[in-house]
Amino acid sequence: MNGLLRSAVVIVGLSLAAAMVIALLQLPSAAVHLPALVAENLAQSGVEHPVTAVLLNFRGWDTLLEVAVLLLALLTLLTLGGGKAPAPAAAVDPLLQGLARRMLPLIVLTAGYLLWAGAHRPGGAFQAGAVLAAGAVFLQLAGLLPAWTAPRRWLRLGLVLGFLVFLAVAAALLGQGALLRYPPALAGGLILLIEAGLTLSLGLILAGLFLFLTGRDA
Amino acid sequence: MNLAFDLLLILALSWSAWRSLATPDLTRAVVMFIVFGLLMALAWARLGAPDIALAEAAIGAGLTGALLLDALGALQARRGEKKEDA
Amino acid sequence: MSTGLLYALAGVLLFVLGAAGAVLLAHLMRKVLAFNVMGSGAFLVLVGLAQREDVIDPVPQAMVLTGIVVAVAATALALGLARAFHARTGRTGLTEEARRD
Repeated sequence: MNGLLRSAVVIVGLSLAAAMVIALLQLPSAAVHLPALVAENLAQSGVEHPVTAVLLNFRGWDTLLEVAVLLLALLTLLTLGGGKAPAPAAAVDPLLQGLARRMLPLIVLTAGYLLWAGAHRPGGAFQAGAVLAAGAVFLQLAGLLPAWTAPRRWLRLGLVLGFLVFLAVAAALLGQGALLRYPPALAGGLILLIEAGLTLSLGLILAGLFLFLTGRDA
Repeated sequence: MNLAFDLLLILALSWSAWRSLATPDLTRAVVMFIVFGLLMALAWARLGAPDIALAEAAIGAGLTGALLLDALGALQARRGEKKEDA
Repeated sequence: MSTGLLYALAGVLLFVLGAAGAVLLAHLMRKVLAFNVMGSGAFLVLVGLAQREDVIDPVPQAMVLTGIVVAVAATALALGLARAFHARTGRTGLTEEARRD
């Protein structure tokens, strides 16, 4: 039975791969040339880096909903329960703790740089948030930051801040007639405001995914 | 030269993905998956996508790796040191 | 063959590998790993295919960037569910045979 299932899956998988490869090779070129469209409108997007322009301006919708999805994932994780008091941090190598203490300012500095750089070169809120979250995980592993149990008021505020700022900007601009269409003069500042909020919230959410889980049922 | 590098990278990607699914030892499988994440970051750099490469290196290799290793510890803690597998 | 198309084809390979793994592997951790491999394959197809004429396209790149962040959230959620399942039943797989480990 198991052998039969295995060979069936292998045969279906190979046919799927063959079909997809043939389809990819035969595909005609795209009718709409997106890179040209982006380059054409980049000047009025408020930023100089095309990926940031797409993320926060041309397709700001997707990013707004994505942050909502992240919040939902974290909320679902919190409702799973089993929230016992986290185990006290085990004795950790003092060398690791010293390294973590010295690395922390550098991590925060790197995140700040990535956030600022996003306007004109690779970088932005997502990478900065990921670096912040990695820093928090590092601190936890070094025994300097206890695992989280239930979020208190300030943590809750931090978790939703990015989403709320984004939503507030979207709501304030509804009078313009379309969702998230920034006036070109204000676009740069608004994008930086949204990205700053997103960096903090994404960092906390991504860190929370690890810190709420760890030590829960071990 | 570039083509050779691309082919080598794709070979390494497929191999690490295969090993992370087929290795009997789960700890080793997770380590292979972290290797896979780092190789993906290289692939994004080759595709001219430094933004994704940055995110993949921090998230795909760093955060996901920490999550997986932590979950592995929790799932194996109850049975003492015994390694188990699918 | 362009670099983009080459990586799109590699993405197809990874997607199928991950899909087969998600069906065949019983251990929940391995299913999570397989889903992640599948996701990486889909991302490679998305970006590689859009750049098959070797013109850098920021639109799919931005989509994949958000996709990676969502993928890690989904992974954390899946692992949280697997841990809760394990804490309640002591099993690491959904089938009855998985009970023995």
